[in-house]
Amino acid sequence: MTANLPYSETPISDADFDLTLEAGRDDKHYWLDLWRYRELFIILAMRDISVRYKQTVIGIGWALIQPVLNMIIMTIIFGKVAGLHSEGKAPYAIMVFVAMLPWMFFSSALTTSSQSMVTNAPLISKVFFPRMIIPASSVMTCFVDFLISFVLLLLLMAGFRFAPGWNFFAIPLLVLLTFLAALGPGLFITALNVKYRDFRFVIPFLVQFGLYITPVGFSSSVIREKWGEKLFLVYSLNPMVGVIDAFRWAVLGNSSPVDLASFIISLSVIALMLYVGVSYFRRTERGFADII
Amino acid sequence: MSTPTVISVESLGKLYKINHQANRQPYVALRDVIADKVKRIFQPRPAKGKSSSQEDFWALKDVSFEIKQGEVFGIIGRNGAGKSTLLKVLSRITEPSQGRVRIKGRVASLLEVGTGFHAELTGRENIFLNGAILGMSRAEIRSKFDEIVSFAQVEKFLDTPVKHYSSGMYVRLAFAVASHLEPEILVIDEVLAVGDAQFQTKCLGKMEDVAKSKGRTVLFVSHNIPAVRALCTHAILLANGRLIDEGETSRIVESYMDQDSAAADSTWQRLPQEKNPPVYFQSVEATVSGKQPRMTLTLRVELRCESSSCPKAFVSVDLCDVLGVAICQAIPVGSPFMEFREGCYNALIEIDLPPLIPGRYTADLWIGSHYYETIDSVKNTVAITIDESPVPDRTYPHSKDHGSLVPASRCELTRTPS
Repeated sequence: MTANLPYSETPISDADFDLTLEAGRDDKHYWLDLWRYRELFIILAMRDISVRYKQTVIGIGWALIQPVLNMIIMTIIFGKVAGLHSEGKAPYAIMVFVAMLPWMFFSSALTTSSQSMVTNAPLISKVFFPRMIIPASSVMTCFVDFLISFVLLLLLMAGFRFAPGWNFFAIPLLVLLTFLAALGPGLFITALNVKYRDFRFVIPFLVQFGLYITPVGFSSSVIREKWGEKLFLVYSLNPMVGVIDAFRWAVLGNSSPVDLASFIISLSVIALMLYVGVSYFRRTERGFADII
Repeated sequence: MSTPTVISVESLGKLYKINHQANRQPYVALRDVIADKVKRIFQPRPAKGKSSSQEDFWALKDVSFEIKQGEVFGIIGRNGAGKSTLLKVLSRITEPSQGRVRIKGRVASLLEVGTGFHAELTGRENIFLNGAILGMSRAEIRSKFDEIVSFAQVEKFLDTPVKHYSSGMYVRLAFAVASHLEPEILVIDEVLAVGDAQFQTKCLGKMEDVAKSKGRTVLFVSHNIPAVRALCTHAILLANGRLIDEGETSRIVESYMDQDSAAADSTWQRLPQEKNPPVYFQSVEATVSGKQPRMTLTLRVELRCESSSCPKAFVSVDLCDVLGVAICQAIPVGSPFMEFREGCYNALIEIDLPPLIPGRYTADLWIGSHYYETIDSVKNTVAITIDESPVPDRTYPHSKDHGSLVPASRCELTRTPS
């Protein structure tokens, strides 16, 4: 008998184990793990939401003030001062607000998700969980803000006596699309931000810049009329062009049609960024705890 | 049928790149990376391989062992031996650089008490948050909620934000959540070093319970040798990232104690180094004279100075016990600030030893400027052994459980007239 051998007598195979850790080994159960940790996702999201407006005076009012003020200013500047036209018969204010919703969701999701890894550094260096939960759950606070301002949109539409059509039901899908559009670059930048803290300065700049090159305060048809079809397709490389046009189509109805080619271009850019973001994040996440 | 192996570690290694630049953060600025790349264009080939400011450091190297189901497994070693790195690899926080680890069963790790606690949330919310972070499902937390609350003794403050908790309550709540984890494999790092003595005992009891009655596998890292001895059936000893010994706990603890006595002696020589500080310790020689409790430790220290401009400096000596924990520090007076020019110096340091319990003690030497900047610091240099008890005619105490110093004390007994 070999009873005092420190190791087991029978050679053990990988099949006896659930998990193997090795340098550079791809995790077979990556997406399954992500699904298993869904409760953590919910709880972290709830934490962020319930903490967000603690110790503030007007609390949730912050979710309302920002889009409303932005809408008023843009309506005055682009609608009144510059005298640009709206989409179809829709009031200018509504056209701006419809675009303001996905844009604010996109920009705040991008900002919070790209900061999320660094703000949650203590968690990352002390416990294991699929790291992607952190940026994804941080976006949920932005989603709540989105829902709040969406109610505002409904009130605004009631005020202008503007009824939406059947297209309105496409909105949940479009929200998902906005989320994915933000998640791709968000994952990429948060992974970079763990290593290079420069990127926290890049984001505010990117968001500010993005507001001007995205058709939020004006209709994308203005661009098409001024620049022509070909350049408009180039303009559609900005993924938010497709998303915002689709939102306007959903709310304002068929008087604001979506250019199919432009939408497909925006969609492909979103898919590409999502792929790059997810694969870069996955490649680097195993080293996060060592450098954060 | 033999008990199945639940953790198998094969020639595990973990490499860290260390930056030698002062005040360098672990993360880098993109600016520096670009600047580095540009520099490299102009200096065609710097030192081979990596830049000179980086050094490879193996926090773990060639570590192999196996853990069977139901074992309480201790990991001991001095600070920096690689214990925490090992736990981080086993709990999947960081990836190994070499070798492989295979695990069977659900692992929960407890490397810190109260991970993820949020100050603004209430005790109730934090229980759910912390539980989820540690890997419990909501249903699981709900079913143990009352038990957790009563273990932590925070019933009255459940709906108060934890920022208003006392530190004791905070720790109790955090540990209560953690101790109700029921994974197949539990990984614990030093967390028992918190809370008051009574609560620590309670926690130890809870852990023993989990390990012994429920047949779970526990990995336990601690400096608390009595706790390791009481809880663990098997242990490994790590030193400088390598596995030194493996086996029954009592033998490993002994070998841990021996390791320290073997590591030091009454003379110490500096190992040749690539780069020396402007003033450095070259050698130390120790002699002990006198009788307990009035003993004197004499250190003959050779110092060298290789730089023309040195700040005024002073030295200090830390006395450490076998675990490397400093017991007291001596700051010799006489010439408090010494001036150095290039050359060799001899310093004679005399320390009146406090009443120490018998055992082996080592000296850490430090020299620094009057601004408290470290010039040179050497650890674990010479060792002295004290055999006599500081209390005349008494052999007690011998055990570190009651500290290392025995202050002189008197007791007078009088009978109260009834």
